[in-house]
Amino acid sequence: MNLALIIIFTTIILSSFLGIYAGRKVKMNLENWTVGGRQFGIILIWLLMAGEIYTTFTFLGASGWAYSKGAPTFYILIYGALAYTVSFFILPALWKVGKRYGLHTQPDFFIKRYDSRYLGVLVALIGVVCIIPYLQLQLKGLGLIVQVASNGAVDPKVAIGISFVLTCAFVYTSGIKGTAWVAIVKDILMILAVFIVGIGVPHIYFGGFGKMFRKLIEQKPDFLVFPGAAPQMNVLWIMSTLLVMGLGFYMWPHVFGSAFSAKSAKIIKRNAIIMPFYQIPILLIFMVGFTALLVIPGLEDGDMAFLVLVNKTYPSWFMGFIGAAGAVTAMVPSAILVLFASTLLAKNVCQAGFKPQMSEEKVMALSRFMVLVIMVFALVFAIFFPNELVPLLIFGYNGVSQFFPGVVLGLFWKRVTKMGVLCGLVAGVTVVIILILSKNDPFLGMNAGFVGLAVNSFFAIVVSLMTKPSNGGFK
Amino acid sequence: MRKGTKLALILGAIPFVTLVFALPLVNRIEPVILGLPFLLFWILSWVILTPLILFVAYLLEKKYNPPEEED
Repeated sequence: MNLALIIIFTTIILSSFLGIYAGRKVKMNLENWTVGGRQFGIILIWLLMAGEIYTTFTFLGASGWAYSKGAPTFYILIYGALAYTVSFFILPALWKVGKRYGLHTQPDFFIKRYDSRYLGVLVALIGVVCIIPYLQLQLKGLGLIVQVASNGAVDPKVAIGISFVLTCAFVYTSGIKGTAWVAIVKDILMILAVFIVGIGVPHIYFGGFGKMFRKLIEQKPDFLVFPGAAPQMNVLWIMSTLLVMGLGFYMWPHVFGSAFSAKSAKIIKRNAIIMPFYQIPILLIFMVGFTALLVIPGLEDGDMAFLVLVNKTYPSWFMGFIGAAGAVTAMVPSAILVLFASTLLAKNVCQAGFKPQMSEEKVMALSRFMVLVIMVFALVFAIFFPNELVPLLIFGYNGVSQFFPGVVLGLFWKRVTKMGVLCGLVAGVTVVIILILSKNDPFLGMNAGFVGLAVNSFFAIVVSLMTKPSNGGFK
Repeated sequence: MRKGTKLALILGAIPFVTLVFALPLVNRIEPVILGLPFLLFWILSWVILTPLILFVAYLLEKKYNPPEEED
């Protein structure tokens, strides 16, 4: 038993118990389980939302892209700032209708605003199809981090199995509140890890990031401007991708849904103001990737750059700390994804689609049952077919961003109709699928999701103007 | 549209202009500022300024929009 191993598993187990403990005095109905009784103050909301944007992909992907592609990785620093700006304008209005009509999920919003259960079922199904591969990505990252951090002592499948079963346990017992509490541990560990490594590594090898960049400008200047080492990621692609992600981020069902947990619209607005500060540590993750490019060039898989460099630089107990931080960083977003995927399936597919008369207690019980179903399903895929869902990932952001017109027009434009939003959504998603399957992404240099979003908005507006105005279920 | 909302929206457009539409104009290494290549320096500066811009938008909304019932 080595020290790294003890650090990793102690952290995983203690965090999960903290998550379970968080729900001990809460009576678990759907309102408390999915949206925390709409009682979260600014700190819990901040932790929750930060938990959603900082995932294992941020850790491994931001440094990995800096290492293998260069400047295109900067989009990760930018899109968050855009997403928070969008959230400043739409989330307070969304929170208010959520409170007024008792909404819990994104499909709930569509069902109420457009007075259509079937539109809700469609939104829920698209949402779940986008969530599952994203969840797989988290689990894969978790397995990888623990494997490297333990110096190969822990098989990734074992790491995934233990941490994901524990994650589902605290989701099952404590819902969103458990997740927010575990996010406290995650944030502290992750910020520490990023600051220590991000400042340390350029300093150790070059005596500071300025000197590191000077060397990079001498040796690989192309890496520091678009398109870096990835010719298809030119400025137009970056711009269209940024718009898709900036507008699409809050359209992820789990991010959208967690806005309802806030205590007031004002809390949501204030949170939107402070969130961009949280983007700054991403800069430090870039530094690690760039340092790796100079110090350990030629890695086959760029996403390993962070871990390989840290392993080379620091003692093995420190790797244990990185492993622990990485594992919890995967567990928090996984928990939110599982929570909302199960609520979507229980409430918006089963209840709304097949049994509208189902009681709320039954929906709650069914949601918890769905946690177990998703757990088994995700584990089987993660362990036996780890690469089968990867092609679906590319659909994720492009898919969820297609909800944007339906949400924003639904909130701010009286004239938008069910038929308009339905036609827009179907057209947008179809365009995205066709472009991806026919290998036309990027299309004329633009991100496929952006093309879909343009077609989608066009249909949503034109068809709405041709159909009879209706406020749907809104007064 | 209420005046506060309008002013806030104009401010809200700034991150999109600087961090998306201006990118073709700032896609270069020189001048290196504070050790950072220009493109990265530009992006980082506007990411740091975004919360300040949103804070001003928040104040303007508060000033010009009539207070609503407490929500």
